[in-house]
Amino acid sequence: MARILNMDRTQLLGFVLLAALVFLVLPLALDAFRLNMVGKYLTYAFVAVGLVLCWGYGGILSLGQGVFFGLGGYCMAMFLKLEASTPEATAIQSTPGIPDFMDWNQVTALPWFWEPFHNLAFTLFAVIAVPVAFAFIIGVAMFKRRVGGVYFAIITQAVAAILSILIIGQQGYTGGVNGITDLRTLLGWDIRTDSARTILYFVNGGLLFVCLFIAAWIKSTKFGRILVAMRGREDRVRFSGYDVSAFKIFVFCVAAGMAAVGGAMFTLQVGFMSPTFVGIVPSIEMVIFCAVGGRLSILGAVYGTLLVNWGKTTFSETFPELWLFAMGAVFIGVVLAFPNGLAGLWTDHVAPRLPRRLGGRPRPEAAQPAPAE
Amino acid sequence: MPNATDFLLAVEDLTVSFDGFKAVDNLSFYVDENELRVIIGPNGAGKTTVLDLICGRTRATAGSIRFRGRELTALREYEIVRAGVGRKFQNPSIYEDLTVFENLEISFPRGRSVFGALAFKRDAEVIERVEAVAESIFLADQLNRRAELLSHGQKQWLEIGMLLIQQPDLLMLDEPVAGMSVAERVKTAELLHRICADRAVLVIEHDMKFVEDIAHKVTVLHQGKRLSEGPMHAVKTDPKVIEVYLGH
Repeated sequence: MARILNMDRTQLLGFVLLAALVFLVLPLALDAFRLNMVGKYLTYAFVAVGLVLCWGYGGILSLGQGVFFGLGGYCMAMFLKLEASTPEATAIQSTPGIPDFMDWNQVTALPWFWEPFHNLAFTLFAVIAVPVAFAFIIGVAMFKRRVGGVYFAIITQAVAAILSILIIGQQGYTGGVNGITDLRTLLGWDIRTDSARTILYFVNGGLLFVCLFIAAWIKSTKFGRILVAMRGREDRVRFSGYDVSAFKIFVFCVAAGMAAVGGAMFTLQVGFMSPTFVGIVPSIEMVIFCAVGGRLSILGAVYGTLLVNWGKTTFSETFPELWLFAMGAVFIGVVLAFPNGLAGLWTDHVAPRLPRRLGGRPRPEAAQPAPAE
Repeated sequence: MPNATDFLLAVEDLTVSFDGFKAVDNLSFYVDENELRVIIGPNGAGKTTVLDLICGRTRATAGSIRFRGRELTALREYEIVRAGVGRKFQNPSIYEDLTVFENLEISFPRGRSVFGALAFKRDAEVIERVEAVAESIFLADQLNRRAELLSHGQKQWLEIGMLLIQQPDLLMLDEPVAGMSVAERVKTAELLHRICADRAVLVIEHDMKFVEDIAHKVTVLHQGKRLSEGPMHAVKTDPKVIEVYLGH
């Protein structure tokens, strides 16, 4: 494995440590409720890992990753909702057999685009395919026209706003502002029990590691180096015979696919999906997770996500009204004081002081400069 | 009138107009195989624009650019590169965050598609080519250094090396010796002589001493038009050139 990914000892150790934390320490240390909460946080880590590739390496800042997280989550929620809406379970509705919110909104037949979500295989396909296809369309429309940088960020932001408004507006088809709630079983397996949630936590952790390995692999190939090259000197890459837009579209789609898996796992573990995870605020929060962890570090993104969310939970339980300010302050602090996030602190200050066999290494010849963005 | 297909590069009636201002105005010139051509001219003469037009960075308003008989004006930038045209920018344009080796490797002409880049293997052929090019651009002992740590002159060489590894049939260099020390200039001149043994080179340069040193033929541009063309000694004595560019 390590050979395929061209990993050195330090990187391998990093993966082992994170695996120990996710699969051993946290499950042993936390009760089922808290573990489920960590599982929820880890679903955001999928988005953050995608952002490391797309933003950290490729220099493409997307402020709309909530769109892909949400689309993945909604695809999963549609399947679970249909399973929960059997004619028997919904006998009191005026139209039994359709999701409850449709009935409340005077929808009398299941809309056509809901039909295929009766099938789990289709749903699992759609969880990835729908967001990736959407990312592909946005990517082609933007990158082929050389829209980049701040303009791209603003457009993704607008897409996030549009999609959340659309979902809220089409209440009868989407569940509106409440989202799709009251999800119960997956092929008859009750996902609300503690044991089911614990199993889902491990599935989630496993999928996260699949994404981490994919990200590490991409980073280790020439594709990864071209991303870094593109970030600094797009024209040079273009005039070295590369179709820059194709590379951008691809990495944007990869990030979208990862976010979508996170969204689907969110729905499964938390039991609902709503437009609050699609819009502008969650999309920006996800960028903050990535920035705090270190946008150039795949593993750092996971730690950043865990840390910020843990802080958010603790802080907002005690000072609910101050949380958003704290979050803003953290982001500004990170960007100003340590632009490579926690991972940057680690490689610049902690790792050089560690003995070599523990993964310590001499200071690099020059610290990673922060690419201007 | 010579037949355009006899030349490596045939630029004919090329015009580009930015909001009515003609940066290049009805320009024609021809470059032979293995020729080293230098374009000179006062600031704003349109020299860099001509290179931009050939490599597809700027789109022509009218006229044609044929490379080995193939029309370039309709191609996209990376297609022009793949057709065999390499371009060096005025300011050294290299990947500062990558090592010298990685800089050269990215320009190696294989695995240029998305999936090609994912499947790309650093095999013996790549390593051999990178080392050979590094040797020729005087950077053989710098391969594992981050490119941002190179001196200005070394960065210029590195970018030339990145083009060499593409093995273009036409190499275009925009002020390759700008900011170089005298010793570096001499080495660069020697490098250019070696390079053009098996390809054509198109250079923009201001340094007259350097131009005399390297040029086979010189084209003088003025206000987007061709003012004079010929061997350096002929151009130098052309009264029009002395008037607008060289001075009395």
